[in-house]
Amino acid sequence: MKPFNFIKAAGGTQTVKQKKRTGRFIAGGTNLVDLMKKHIEQPEELIDISGSVPASIGKKAAGIRIGAMARNSVVATNPDIIAAYPLLSKAILAGASPQIRNMASTGGNMLQRTRCPYFYDPTLPCNKRNPGTGCSALTGDNRMSAIVGWSENCVAVHPSDMCVALAALDANVIITGKDQLTKTIPFKNFHRLPGNTPEQDNNLPADALITAVEIPGNAFQKNCFYLKLRDRDSYAFALISVAAALHLNGTTIVSARLASGGVAHKPWRWYSVEQFLEGKQANAQVFQQAATLVQKEIKTLPHNVYKATMLQGAIEVALQNCLNA
Amino acid sequence: MKKAHTHSRRLFLQTSSMLASLAFIPRSVKAFYLETRNFLVASKKTGSLAVSVNKKLYTVEADTRTTLLDLLRENLQLTGTKKGCDHGQCGACTVHIDGKRVLSCLTLAAMVPGKEVTTIEGLSDGEHLHPMQQAFIECDGFQCGYCTPGQIMSAVACVQEGHTHSVTEIKEFMSGNLCRCGAYNGIVEAIQKVAS
Repeated sequence: MKPFNFIKAAGGTQTVKQKKRTGRFIAGGTNLVDLMKKHIEQPEELIDISGSVPASIGKKAAGIRIGAMARNSVVATNPDIIAAYPLLSKAILAGASPQIRNMASTGGNMLQRTRCPYFYDPTLPCNKRNPGTGCSALTGDNRMSAIVGWSENCVAVHPSDMCVALAALDANVIITGKDQLTKTIPFKNFHRLPGNTPEQDNNLPADALITAVEIPGNAFQKNCFYLKLRDRDSYAFALISVAAALHLNGTTIVSARLASGGVAHKPWRWYSVEQFLEGKQANAQVFQQAATLVQKEIKTLPHNVYKATMLQGAIEVALQNCLNA
Repeated sequence: MKKAHTHSRRLFLQTSSMLASLAFIPRSVKAFYLETRNFLVASKKTGSLAVSVNKKLYTVEADTRTTLLDLLRENLQLTGTKKGCDHGQCGACTVHIDGKRVLSCLTLAAMVPGKEVTTIEGLSDGEHLHPMQQAFIECDGFQCGYCTPGQIMSAVACVQEGHTHSVTEIKEFMSGNLCRCGAYNGIVEAIQKVAS
């Protein structure tokens, strides 16, 4: 690691004033400390926000508010979350290990960097780590890479499970900007596609701080499922993941939510499938038809052609499991 | 062949006068070197930390880069906690902070003051082993033993969290601790034994 200054955050809106462009906020540290050990992140100053950013989880009139410092394990086991947003709990518990979930914060989870092996190898080109050097995964080993929304500049995928559920549940990200004003970013606009600037993972303004996430109320408690397919049963990043939620009236689908991890630079919503499902009967035949729709959107790379069929199957299984949940 | 000697006198005068002038400014050269070095290579940042480990308070002067794992092993000589991958992938460095299992390799020591750290050295009651330590011995929960301190710290937390209803649940909630010897069956048995 490069030497750095360590200071405690002042708290409140003063915290954003403390941050210099060369500094970084540190919350759980599970990703940042690792990246600093590998010299991928080299901040000159760390501002410890673990004691000052809210960690509380509270019901609001139109949903729930999760403080950005709430640890992943706390969110996943919170009774209000389990009762009203079981999909979020299931997704969080599918990610990382109990130790990491005890450390990782809600805000930090959203800001974690890709796990693309080329991003982590400083001896090889990577546009995300070193803009302008090229994408090694595009022509290299791209078995784990994106199948939708990628560009010639970057084929990395976003690693979070929690974010897939937050995308499906139409969450909002509450931030405090450098100007100390509070703003709301809809979750679907929070993360970015790589385009020509893959070094930018998200649309969080420079030096801004995530303070909370809000999720509106919904009717997806009864029929939801998080399916994660990976190289081993537990403690691995997703090859494909599917967050599925159905609001049923009898056997008719009133509304549906479907999002995937392991497929794109951001948690990916399958809007066309959701639209197709609305008003249809919830049965295996409809789910099978719905899952084929994703094929129009995806574009595989030489080593991840398998993801096309895996994704289609995963969507079918996840939707079917919504009925058994 | 006169040509070879054309510039020799000028060259001699130039180089000798340069070397002579350098000899007169050693201090300024040294100062310039130090200034450049400090600009290019940032100096170590240290601070004083008061850390409570196994209910004992230590005050340590440490670099801001020090992880809790290195602080335990290098500064406090509590070498029971093991360094496996040092990147949060193996769980060998698992300790408890305020009763919750965490990875000490990804925890900066500077973030620990004010919290209570429990390591494998703090589990036993004097000569009496913690029930989980005893169960690991009785159930052959290890072979080489390197991952064992982390496995035991994680196992104690697994029981406290109540994730022991089935073998599948135990395996899921112990997945953050890798064992290269493959003592997993013994570990699961030990956890079941303590949970019951």
